[in-house]
Amino acid sequence: MAKQTSFILKSFVMAATIITFGILLFLIGYILIKGVPYLTPSLFNMSYTSENVSMFPSIINTVLMTLLSLMIAIPFGLFTAIYLVEYAKRGNKLVEIIRLTSETLAGIPSIVYGLFGMLFFVTYLGWGYSILAGSATLSVMILPLIIRTTEEALKSVPDSYREASFGLGAGQLRTVFHIVLPSAVPGILAGVILAIGRIVGETAALIYTAGTVAKLPKDLLSSARTLSVHMYTLSSEGFHTNEAFATAVVLLIIVLLINTVSMVIARKVTKI
Amino acid sequence: MKNIFLTAALVTIFAIMLICVFLFANGIPAMKEIGLPEFLLGTDWSPGDVPASFGIYPMILGSISVTLGAVLFGVPIGLLTAVFMAYYCPNGLYKVLKPAVELLAGIPSVVYGFFGLMILVPFVRNLFGGNGNSILTASILLGIMILPTVIGVSESAIRAVPDQYYEGSLALGATHERTVFFTILPAASSGIFTAVVLGIGRAIGETMAVIMVAGNQARMPAGILKGIRTMTANIVLEMGYAADLHRGALIATGVILLLFILFINITFYLLKRRATI
Amino acid sequence: MNKEKIKITGIDLYYGDFQALKNINMILPQNKITAFIGPSGCGKTTLLKSLNRMNDLISDCRISGEILLDGQNIYENIDVNLLRKRVGMVFQKPNLFPMSIYDNVAYGPRTHGIRSKVMLDEIVEKSLVRAVIWDEVKDRIKKSALSLSGGQQQRICIARALAVEPEVLLMDEPTSALDPVSTSKIEELVLELKNDYTIIIVTHNMQQAVRVSDKTAFFLLGEIVEYRDTESIFSMPEDKRTEDYITGRFG
Repeated sequence: MAKQTSFILKSFVMAATIITFGILLFLIGYILIKGVPYLTPSLFNMSYTSENVSMFPSIINTVLMTLLSLMIAIPFGLFTAIYLVEYAKRGNKLVEIIRLTSETLAGIPSIVYGLFGMLFFVTYLGWGYSILAGSATLSVMILPLIIRTTEEALKSVPDSYREASFGLGAGQLRTVFHIVLPSAVPGILAGVILAIGRIVGETAALIYTAGTVAKLPKDLLSSARTLSVHMYTLSSEGFHTNEAFATAVVLLIIVLLINTVSMVIARKVTKI
Repeated sequence: MKNIFLTAALVTIFAIMLICVFLFANGIPAMKEIGLPEFLLGTDWSPGDVPASFGIYPMILGSISVTLGAVLFGVPIGLLTAVFMAYYCPNGLYKVLKPAVELLAGIPSVVYGFFGLMILVPFVRNLFGGNGNSILTASILLGIMILPTVIGVSESAIRAVPDQYYEGSLALGATHERTVFFTILPAASSGIFTAVVLGIGRAIGETMAVIMVAGNQARMPAGILKGIRTMTANIVLEMGYAADLHRGALIATGVILLLFILFINITFYLLKRRATI
Repeated sequence: MNKEKIKITGIDLYYGDFQALKNINMILPQNKITAFIGPSGCGKTTLLKSLNRMNDLISDCRISGEILLDGQNIYENIDVNLLRKRVGMVFQKPNLFPMSIYDNVAYGPRTHGIRSKVMLDEIVEKSLVRAVIWDEVKDRIKKSALSLSGGQQQRICIARALAVEPEVLLMDEPTSALDPVSTSKIEELVLELKNDYTIIIVTHNMQQAVRVSDKTAFFLLGEIVEYRDTESIFSMPEDKRTEDYITGRFG
């Protein structure tokens, strides 16, 4: 009897595992098979036309959007985490509030960020559909992620380093910048890379903040679509299915790259 | 310098306040104009009619039904996979599967949506009839999308259970399976609960993938093989051309969505606190 | 001859509601080695850390009373960082930074504003020589300090502390994590250093106290039970509790 139950339970476990990884394999295989043949050089032309839906401008836009969002979010996220870990006293009410708000921020769906970005950056600040408005929206979106991972990284720096530095007469600031931060870099980097992944994959928050113009931007106030938005537009228009597959391949490759880099860094973290 | 750090921290709080302020300031007037009961419980959404009606009840039900469906598909499979990862997986295989789960988490939702559109929609259409864009399709797709969250969080919860439990149970003559399912899983239940809540959060907030497979008809759910529109889809589909009260009603939809999420998070937070006390 | 370096008067110290030090009074003489002994949790490390205000880092720690360093109260109108420069510290476990040996030793001087490469080189070498580790590491001072053995690391820690030219050196069980050979090297070093520094060493090892210290204070439950010349305290303890402790009957 016990043996039978065990067998059934074990079969469930195996079946579920096969389903999970079967789906993943199938998804990747399917997209590669359907997409790779259409990865033609013309898809990487400098400009997008309705005949040749080049993804090159979107790739450039994605890079721009990523850099800009990180430039806004990293300083705020880093400093907030430094405040929480290195400066705030334990049991501080403010710390509680910040932690609660950043956890809440982390749970908000991206479409809500998109709505907010549209109301605040696009309309209220008058930036229009633009790279700037899109990046600002994304940076609010990734802020909690950066704060949380940086906090973890800072906390994992042994207190003995801090003690040693204080013991030599170094102040708080010097200790943070010369001792704690350098040791926390790999952890912080892992968080940044996760954030890049979210930015690259984001669509809902961008449609009504950065818009869907498929050209290279003239300036930061130009509307521009990222690769994910590009893919959404292609697939919802329905005329360019093959190109959509090809775009999906590129997105998958980017995700794979990001994951590999973060894995290498994570391994480095555990080594220390 | 301390003040610079403090300022950064305050900006974080300010950001969330700003999100609430702007959404509420733009959404609440619309709710008032429509009438809250009419808005929340009205079964008719026809912004183009004269007079227009803005009832988001169908969309609320839509969001809830696809989320429930996703939990139904994603949680059992995810949890069992987590059990495999923690208790059955050989080391060599684990080195491949763990990054695979992370890959699953990193795939953009448009890619999932596109996959759903090309594979799941025809699959459901051929197997069950209907046109394929349905609650069922959306549920399966969302179920797949919450897998990495469920697997990751439950796996760490399972691993956090002390080894003594496992050894203690085996020492009493229980089988490996019995031990895992009747000793380890109950001990990890609070972490598994976290996994489910995070999965729900991800499913209810998902937008692009759902739009691509759910059919998006703004009507009351008519069966799992019929299409449905979620709150998230409602916003994205119509915001592009909405004006005046219509636009306000869409923002108000966002407010309701935000409240849903906050409600889930706060309930979760309270339950978790009660569990730790 | 026995100039007062540090004078402690009526120190009470609390962690939250717990009183860790009760009315401590003592004088620590210059250029002598004073050992603090006693069972775990008796307050000896707490007192040590009050001397360079490392207790400030603990948020619910309150202290009252007076500690004078060369007649100046270290809890009033003083730059804590300069105090810690004057009163250096070596910790229980070697706690080198994940940098090169050179950068570890140069961290203190750099902190206090020395930028000149020539001066830093000189300080680093001098400190490593003083800590009797120079010959072992001179060929690899630009390499990571974390590749050294525990005993070597601890001597680098001492060099690092010496590099800021302190007047007092606090040592918190500096050999508890080390093997016997490394321990005896550190002890020799400590005896050497006494000519230039006032040293206070916390130790669990009674023999070590006998070997290196001039004076010994025995702590119990946050109080000083006995504080006298090392020789006399170990040969003729006045208090029954001291006797019990040093003969190994408890603790």
